[in-house]
Amino acid sequence: MANGTAQSSITLRTDTWWVLPLVTAIVLATFGAYSTWRAFANVDFLVQPYLSPFYSPYILASWWPFSPALLILWAPLGFRATCYYYRKAYYRSFFMAPPGCAVKPMAKAGNYEGETKFPFIIQNIHRYFFYAAAVVLFFLWVDAFHALWFEDGFGIGVGTIVLFVNVILLSMYSLSCHSFRHLVGGRFDVFSKCPTRFRLWEKVSKWNENHAMWAWLSLFSVALADLYIFLLAKGVITDLRII
Amino acid sequence: MSVAKLRIYRGDAEGGQEVEYDVPIEEGMVVLDAIHFVQANYDGDIAVRWNCKAAKCGSCSAEINGMPKLTCKTRLDTLPLDKPITVHPLKTFPIMKDLVTDVSWNYEVRKKIPPFKYAKDTDWKMQQVDVERSQEFRKCIECYLCQDVCHVLRNHNKKNEFFGPRMMIKIAELEMHPLDIEDRKEMLREAAGVGYCNITKCCTEVCPEEIHITDNAIIPLKERVADTYFDPLQWVMKKIKGS
Ligand code: SF4
Ligand code: SF4
Ligand code: FES
Ligand code: FES
Repeated sequence: MANGTAQSSITLRTDTWWVLPLVTAIVLATFGAYSTWRAFANVDFLVQPYLSPFYSPYILASWWPFSPALLILWAPLGFRATCYYYRKAYYRSFFMAPPGCAVKPMAKAGNYEGETKFPFIIQNIHRYFFYAAAVVLFFLWVDAFHALWFEDGFGIGVGTIVLFVNVILLSMYSLSCHSFRHLVGGRFDVFSKCPTRFRLWEKVSKWNENHAMWAWLSLFSVALADLYIFLLAKGVITDLRII
Repeated sequence: MSVAKLRIYRGDAEGGQEVEYDVPIEEGMVVLDAIHFVQANYDGDIAVRWNCKAAKCGSCSAEINGMPKLTCKTRLDTLPLDKPITVHPLKTFPIMKDLVTDVSWNYEVRKKIPPFKYAKDTDWKMQQVDVERSQEFRKCIECYLCQDVCHVLRNHNKKNEFFGPRMMIKIAELEMHPLDIEDRKEMLREAAGVGYCNITKCCTEVCPEEIHITDNAIIPLKERVADTYFDPLQWVMKKIKGS
């Protein structure tokens, strides 16, 4: 070690650097457990006119013996798993690579390949998950509008608002994506020759500054939207009709 | 007058230890002032590198309470003074004496980056929108705090595989320049090792110039590498366009 034994400890930091990765790990693990349980459950996801975002688009395939959610969830899951922000979050909190800045990583010194080898080299195809998630997002918008039509015609219930808030947050998450930022204009060097792309890139760049916030808000909203419909289906709560 | 306890690392390549000094606190005092007090009043031979005392020359980098920081920019009143303040040299580079390390590796790596290359018939008029992105990276004061904190270099010592965040913004500065015609993508992927970065963002956290190293340089560079090496759709598009 370059500096003798003085720095051989985990870290010399004296602040509470461990709080953030710990909270992140707890929240992500809770979401992971909840969504896995709900995805496999295959019940309590539809209360007209509301469809849980975990089951959208609702695919009825006779050849598929499992929960239909599994046919869809790979897309948003892959999108989040390869997201530049979530990568930071889970590399820090689960892989401890490193858990905090100037804190010793879990892996042995030198035992690190980053994203140069399998499996993490797959992160490079994040844009393809972006495309797939965009298709799912389209259906979530359809569902939100569908939630405006009750048996007795047009209406707005609390569930309608829940689904709209969720799809707006999910859209902001997608629109602030780093790959999207690159695709709309970031890959060009001369902006003055493509003013429309420049304006788009500027907008996406602005949203991108808060990408982490959109990532968290949309994660919570998607789980809460599903929970709301689950509780409706179970009869624990009743939907309030506003209009 | 209240007193701060400074534990400064004293030693060289052979080894060393922290030595504690009492420093009377004055209004507006920064860590570099405190080190100068120690130099003037206790140990005149303490080695510390500095020049501007204005956070602009990038010489006075050290690790204060375990975090890489500029000693001339870190006010004592931002630190918890009820405990001793530790001041150590940069961990990533070989120690010369006390707080001075040998950062010459950075200058060697810098030479490996192909310089700005322009076309013969270049029209040198440029639009502000086209150079703005590169200008952010030109704020770099080469303090190497980002290189120091990066776990790829710091803990895994991948100095032969990865150029580090400071060099990534140098490459981004050139790659995004509207008049540059050099293609550094192969070098980025191979020699510069952009894939080793796992975007855990510590470089951005410590940068005193607040350069968005990961969001504005490394991630866009990873996306450009993905365009060339990981995106079959882009290959097809390029074939169709015949470029
Ligand atoms: S984001 Fe990448 S370059 Fe920056 S410190 Fe982390 S691993 Fe190193
Ligand atoms: S990018 Fe920031 S932290 Fe890195 S050398 Fe330049 S000024 Fe220092
Ligand atoms: S969704 Fe986070 S970077 Fe693309
Ligand atoms: S002395 Fe110049 S940056 Fe601190």
